[in-house]
Amino acid sequence: MQNRPPKSWRDAVEHEINIPDQPILATDKVRYVGEALAVIVAESRYLAEDAAELIEVDLEPLPAVATVDMALATDAPKVHDDLKSNVVARLRIRKGDAAGILASGVRSIRHRFTNHRYLAMPIECRGVVSQYDSRSDSLTIWSSTQVVHWVRREVAVRLGLPESRVRCIAPDVGGGFGVKGHVYPEDVLIPYLARRLGRPVKWIEDRHEHLLNSTHARDDRHDVEVAFDDKGRILAIRDNFVKDSGAYTPVGIGAPSNTIAHLLGPYDIPHLEAAATVVVTNKTPNAPYRGSGRPEGVFVMERLMDLVARELGMDPVELRLRNMIPPERMPYSVGIPYRDGVPVVYDSGDFPAALHEAINALGGLEAIRAEQRAAWAEGRFLGLGVASFVEGTGAGPFEGATVRIDPSGEIFVATGACAQGQGHETIFAQVAADEWGVTPDQVTVSIADTGSIALGYGTIASRSAVNSSSAIRKASAVLRQKVFAIAGHLLECAIEDLELRDGRVSVKGVPTMSISLAEIAQAARPGWDHRRPPGMSGGLEVTEYFEPPTVTWAYATHAALVEIDRITGAPIIRKYVVVHDSGVLINPKLADGQVLGGVCQGIGGGLLEEVIYDQDGQLLTGSLMDYLVPTASDMPPIEVIHRETPSPLNELGVKGLGEGGAIAPPVAIANAVCDALRPAGYEIFATPIRRSEILKAIDKILG
Amino acid sequence: MTELHKIRVEVNGALVERTVEPRRLLSDFLREDLGLTGTHVGCEQGICGACTILLNGRAARSCLIFAVQVDGAKVMTIEGLSNSGAVRHLQDLFSKHRALQCGYCTPGMIVVAYDLLQHLPSPTAQEIRDGMSAALCRCTGYVGIIEAVTEAARERVAAVDCATPVHMTSD
Repeated sequence: MQNRPPKSWRDAVEHEINIPDQPILATDKVRYVGEALAVIVAESRYLAEDAAELIEVDLEPLPAVATVDMALATDAPKVHDDLKSNVVARLRIRKGDAAGILASGVRSIRHRFTNHRYLAMPIECRGVVSQYDSRSDSLTIWSSTQVVHWVRREVAVRLGLPESRVRCIAPDVGGGFGVKGHVYPEDVLIPYLARRLGRPVKWIEDRHEHLLNSTHARDDRHDVEVAFDDKGRILAIRDNFVKDSGAYTPVGIGAPSNTIAHLLGPYDIPHLEAAATVVVTNKTPNAPYRGSGRPEGVFVMERLMDLVARELGMDPVELRLRNMIPPERMPYSVGIPYRDGVPVVYDSGDFPAALHEAINALGGLEAIRAEQRAAWAEGRFLGLGVASFVEGTGAGPFEGATVRIDPSGEIFVATGACAQGQGHETIFAQVAADEWGVTPDQVTVSIADTGSIALGYGTIASRSAVNSSSAIRKASAVLRQKVFAIAGHLLECAIEDLELRDGRVSVKGVPTMSISLAEIAQAARPGWDHRRPPGMSGGLEVTEYFEPPTVTWAYATHAALVEIDRITGAPIIRKYVVVHDSGVLINPKLADGQVLGGVCQGIGGGLLEEVIYDQDGQLLTGSLMDYLVPTASDMPPIEVIHRETPSPLNELGVKGLGEGGAIAPPVAIANAVCDALRPAGYEIFATPIRRSEILKAIDKILG
Repeated sequence: MTELHKIRVEVNGALVERTVEPRRLLSDFLREDLGLTGTHVGCEQGICGACTILLNGRAARSCLIFAVQVDGAKVMTIEGLSNSGAVRHLQDLFSKHRALQCGYCTPGMIVVAYDLLQHLPSPTAQEIRDGMSAALCRCTGYVGIIEAVTEAARERVAAVDCATPVHMTSD
């Protein structure tokens, strides 16, 4: 595991964690369809596949554990024989007294919600190439990973090499979204083979293997009770949920603890009890995918909001507004710990404003309701769906940056982030350019290469804009002191009299007295005839690590106007609005891209994408013909509205935004569908949203 | 299955002669035998469209075709379309509209868009959406892709409507 939760978390959360190790190749027991049990190395893929055909596997079928209910049955076969049961983790967080409130006779409802299994599906599958140098006993690994430093560490540990003899590079990875955010068996196996064979070894995953063997996501089931008063104030929530982790749990309790930490969302709810049970089954391992536990919790909470509103005969928008934390209460302490062990405190923002803005972008609540009534009168089904959520972003524990000024005056930046299309090189160049008063094209950025920076964490958890940018700023600040000291020495003036402008250090108010960064870098060179102040070390290079105090809290409201196609049952999204606040935007165009791409994946997850297993644990959706990914035709008109409330937790004021877009679409659309079909009393308790069920509701209305 | 066949193919305007196994996929032939790695492979199930090339002038999935099947045919890959300048403007529009993030789908997307505009000179908005659904993108939500192709289509119509080529201004 990359990190076990810190002591402060372990002290604050009731927990029991027994995460089983995942073997590089299955031995003795194969635990899911797709688990690798042999490896073939050949000079071409065609020969390797021929050889695979020749392998005869002598397997004895064991009873399958294909669902969480099968896993939790008292006589359940054990997926891992060395564990006491199929439960690999239990977590429980409480604030206030939810049980007491629910037992006190106040109004309450209880429901069961299911988030189905779906997955990231980048268009480029995974791949690992490794080359061994026998003279230096060192390995170079090119892996399509989001976490090069973690891969390096794992390979070094498993193969008994010092980390300095392992280099991992992840250039131009074709999409990630979390599925490439942890170490896979192939990341270790391929370097092992390269070293053993003394030849470069390449492994490229095909799509069928990707569906079988790259991690899946979501897949949990919640039993929830919610207590509320007649005015629509939510008083308490109790949520017991079970997460189907598949056969292994490569990223531990990350997703379920996210589900708990994000359950209460932007609402002021005094009492909470949330408990997660993570079970292993005979399915592909489950690991974080864009949102990682948040879409699951947000589905539960935002469906509950609509269900409570229905109980009270109140508009769901009004119910949300009555429960939302007002801006004057920011920063707001939720009263539960985050996964980094720090108490959850929403750092900044205006939740009700985002909700209002989203509704207004759809024409305003009164107009929407009038149109809905008119539609119903014509026998059409039109509905409004809203989903508001918060999102802890920019998670620690750290990211570093090396900033160097070459004798040419060019700025070089290296950081541990790994891009898969987000535009990291662009935004890091922007941040460095601002720090040094140069243009972005004068900055060279190196990412996703353990050879460029000693320590790194990687790109997961909407963290790179926050952590890498802050590290670049921090390293630049330290390096600037040296630059100014040399400039003061050369210009024979006090450091306080200097300023940085257009790539030059000049005397304030005397622009003619200036010196370029290139000249300073030349003066700083180690060796004869340097021109540094006495006692100063040579070179212009600084590495600093940014360790965020905790996560920054982004938030958003998604709103969808949906009309149901009466013939097919298809929910047609007439317009989809995202009002999103991830603090200061470094590059608004790239931010749009992150949100839009996320929404597309969320729409897919809500309406199209589904991993299906049969009762024997056999995967039934092993191709893109069975697993439906949204196409251009599936995308509705989307409006993205950014709010920019700076985070007080870092100097740039940025919050993360990689995942937010994918969190809310399933529930925003579900709420809209239920709203459209209110005349039938139709409610959705499970994703994906099924046209067959919608058609039944329509039949009920039309008789 | 492993007996070799000699094939002669025109690839990007140049005649290529190679011996291949009959089972060799055209996508592998292009990428590995000819080094034309611009043709990407995303699913080998004919769904994602990353491997789209032009076969005798029409878009085709190179992952669903054996190399022996293109004996005597004309194949145009993204390299050929790029180097000839045929898709230069589409590429610029993809850049302008942020129609890519990771870029893995992009070669196939460009070929699909080129084919669409060649055969539907003035497509409707719906025709563009449906046509571009021949390739999957997992990063962008297709918004920039649709904008780029829409602008290219609009410019073509404008160019056809005028007697002389119009000066393309970016809005």
